[in-house]
Amino acid sequence: MKEYKTIPAAELRETAYQLYADGKNGLMSMFANDERQLNGNYAIYCLFSVGKSMQVIKAVLKEKGKLEFPSITPKISGAAWYEREIYDMFGLKPVGHPDLRPFALHENWPQGIFPLRKDFNNKTPVPTAKKEFPMAGVEGEGVFQVPVGPIHAGIIEPGHFIFSQAGEDIIRLDAKLFFLHRGIEKAIEGAPIERAFYQVERISGICTVAHSLSYCQAIENIAGVTVPPRAQYLRALVSEMERLYNHVGDIGNLCAGMGFAVGIMAGARLKEDIMRVNEALTGHRFLRGMVVPGGVRLDINDQLSAEIRSMLDKLIPDFNEMIELFRGNDAYLNRVETTGIVPRQAALDLGVVGIGARASGVDVDIRRDFPYGCYSSLKFDVPIYTSGDVAARLWVRVDEVAQTVNLIREILEKMPKAKGPLKAAIPVIKPYSSGFGWCESPQGNNIHWLMVGENNTVYRLYARAAAYPNWPALTVAAPGNIIPDFPLINKSYELSYACVDR
Amino acid sequence: MLKVWKKVIATGNVTEPWEKAVPPERSRGEVVVQQNAACKGCNLCVNVCPTNAIKLYEGSPVVNQKACVFCGLCVDSCQEGCLKQTTNYKLATLGGSLGENTGSELRNKIRRVLGRSLHIRHLDIGSCNGCDFEMNHVCNPVYDIQQYGIDFVASPRHADLLMVTGPVTRNSTQALMMTYEATPTPKLVMALGACACSGDQIFGESYAIRGAVDAFVPVDIYVPGCPPRPQAIIHGLMLALDRM
Repeated sequence: MKEYKTIPAAELRETAYQLYADGKNGLMSMFANDERQLNGNYAIYCLFSVGKSMQVIKAVLKEKGKLEFPSITPKISGAAWYEREIYDMFGLKPVGHPDLRPFALHENWPQGIFPLRKDFNNKTPVPTAKKEFPMAGVEGEGVFQVPVGPIHAGIIEPGHFIFSQAGEDIIRLDAKLFFLHRGIEKAIEGAPIERAFYQVERISGICTVAHSLSYCQAIENIAGVTVPPRAQYLRALVSEMERLYNHVGDIGNLCAGMGFAVGIMAGARLKEDIMRVNEALTGHRFLRGMVVPGGVRLDINDQLSAEIRSMLDKLIPDFNEMIELFRGNDAYLNRVETTGIVPRQAALDLGVVGIGARASGVDVDIRRDFPYGCYSSLKFDVPIYTSGDVAARLWVRVDEVAQTVNLIREILEKMPKAKGPLKAAIPVIKPYSSGFGWCESPQGNNIHWLMVGENNTVYRLYARAAAYPNWPALTVAAPGNIIPDFPLINKSYELSYACVDR
Repeated sequence: MLKVWKKVIATGNVTEPWEKAVPPERSRGEVVVQQNAACKGCNLCVNVCPTNAIKLYEGSPVVNQKACVFCGLCVDSCQEGCLKQTTNYKLATLGGSLGENTGSELRNKIRRVLGRSLHIRHLDIGSCNGCDFEMNHVCNPVYDIQQYGIDFVASPRHADLLMVTGPVTRNSTQALMMTYEATPTPKLVMALGACACSGDQIFGESYAIRGAVDAFVPVDIYVPGCPPRPQAIIHGLMLALDRM
């Protein structure tokens, strides 16, 4: 279903613009790979969704040639971060990129060392450089700058922000991320694919199932392995449980952006009930330990399905009562409505996914658009709101909770009986085969690209979580609002920093 | 407003004593080596462990709890039944100023000064956010950490304890050091979760990871787990404050 089109890098811009067709076909992912050992080239891959199919442009750069390619950011805004990352990690320069400041590697990283090139060894000590990390701001009379983070006031992940302010109004927001950059993609290179799974599972806590699933499906796609039917349902079950606990928790936590303690506590209490069922189901509160390459590790019995059902029966009325507290509360609605608007066109231009997209009127859900596992035989609606504000993102989540609860019930209902093992063996994979794996995480689509090396080891993994394309939307949403609304806007996206930073 | 009150009253009190909830049967906690284990030295468990947390010592496996992610692969791999996974989550250990090498007088003094109302500053320097969400969960109404006089504060200047999650990444090293400096003495440091306790063992050697928390600042409490359950976090605090 995926068409690869190989071109010289010099033609990348032309080819990509053609495929992009002024935004008709979105850019889903873009990454580089050092293939010099295989064919003497670096390669840049661009994944586009074209109607009902995915198409890949593979642009190659000769090792001996100039290490640069024409940037596609001028027309495809969504490529801006991907290209900056490629420049940082591989030293391949996107010529014509409007903003080539450092990105993943901070001021402590010396110039001219590119960690994702194959000739960079992880054991090499890298000296600590003392460079500057330029942040973008606005200067002018009466404009002042407010730096925030990386250590914040609440229990949240680290990121450094600069707000350029005129009075209380935000004029511009710039973010410095990658404080959580652990170099996971490099660290697992050379590790057996089934062992590296345990590191991939730990890219992010709240997207554990999503990352596991994308990674496993990439392996299974490459190896041509079919996952046993019951295992597919069990995977869908944990995926939906992940969506459920995230959405319920995020809806409650949105209240933390406005100091509405009753809402925070109600959400936290309901989330705890789900977390406990997660642990009963998989032995782990964040659902680690169910999905493995080839299938699943655990089965469920009638008692566990009854436990899930009774949790849902209890959850729904309680959850609806919590939502009623919001719907009828003017003080609450006043804070969420018309706050942090991302217009539809901006969402399309940036390639925003998941909740962020669906709240800005972009109808995408990878479970429906490119079904995987058992999703083609499950019924669900994709809620769409068009106002693009915090409220829209809230109501998308609320509607999705109802959809997810129905899905979990349907999955339990339809789950085929166990026949044989729940895990297919992964055969020896032809070295240097590659493929994609994807799924819809609670925040949006999660896409992995894997190239397998000799003896079923990882040659290169690129893990693009939903938060990655959604982050830049925040810099569109914040300006025009006052600083106290920023936590609210931030929480309405609930972007996982660990997913972006890897 | 009336609706809010109605909901609050209808919900009632859901707070539990921290030890009350019993981990479910499948819960993956401490891996223990069975007494009279018939280890044949086959090394299967050592090789299967994704974080190199097992070593054979004098003919029997030894699990480094600080680096264990409780996946249970070692237990599945052992043909001789030497290893068993329990649901035990109480794995916190003390070190630094609360460790055995510190005189009891000093330990008691620290506990006297900090013990009755402990203020915590969270510091994420490389975690996957699992630990951080569990930290959030100890503040939920079920565990309600505030009932023990413990709370999270917004600034290191107000804190008695730094709760550190994640391996020390290259990009967060400065934040760790500056936050530590900004915290007034006497102060305690808790390394929360397998990454913080063991450094690069979880993800492997990496250009972006500099090591475990205790390679940079003295650590007084280690709480293993991937991530530690909320109860394990509270256990670590209670152990540190001698309030078990």
